[in-house]
Amino acid sequence: MARSLKKGPFIDIKLLGRIEDLNRTGKKKVVKTWARRSMIPPEFVGHTIAVHNGRKFLPVFITENMVGHKLGEFSLTRTFRSHGGKKSLRTSKVK
Amino acid sequence: MPRISGVDLPRNKRVDIALTYIFGIGHHTSKKILEKTGIDPSIKSDDLSEQQVKQIRDMINEEHKVEGPLRTEIQMNIKRLIDIGSYRGMRHKRGMPVRGQNTRNNAHTRRTKRKASPSKKK
Repeated sequence: MARSLKKGPFIDIKLLGRIEDLNRTGKKKVVKTWARRSMIPPEFVGHTIAVHNGRKFLPVFITENMVGHKLGEFSLTRTFRSHGGKKSLRTSKVK
Repeated sequence: MPRISGVDLPRNKRVDIALTYIFGIGHHTSKKILEKTGIDPSIKSDDLSEQQVKQIRDMINEEHKVEGPLRTEIQMNIKRLIDIGSYRGMRHKRGMPVRGQNTRNNAHTRRTKRKASPSKKK
């Protein structure tokens, strides 16, 4: 179910604050975050945010098209190791 | 046989049904169009007068996106999801269900499409 419009979008306050600091000083720095549930507001565009996927931080470069999506959508949490095929082929894919 | 937005309407169907043969027009939109143009939905599409056909055509051109343009819009939306590297885009690319459905069983509408052509060769 979609989120109630009354509440407005959910944006992680801490993260937004840090990005705004960067915007004010004009710096570009990779910001680590666990806030996968946070919506991407227009302020984030052009920054790289390292989004935690449960194991490590995946860098996500925010473009204009991503506004309105959630950060977690860009940091995959599952590794798919293909089905079937030769055994040697499969093991070679495992890192 | 009247032709609207590049689609031939079937001859012997009520207009409200015939209009749904256009991609992008379902029962609801079809009803709305006929209501606005004041055409009786129960007449057959062959019995539409030239003027009525024109009315419908204008109405569709003005207010609805159908057929080609609608298809491209949908494709563009999907392409956007793929280009930004989102999870939904990835699911589209792989031909898997996009909205979090289970894939342990079922979901074959999405999942078997890509396998359909090789399996038919057997």
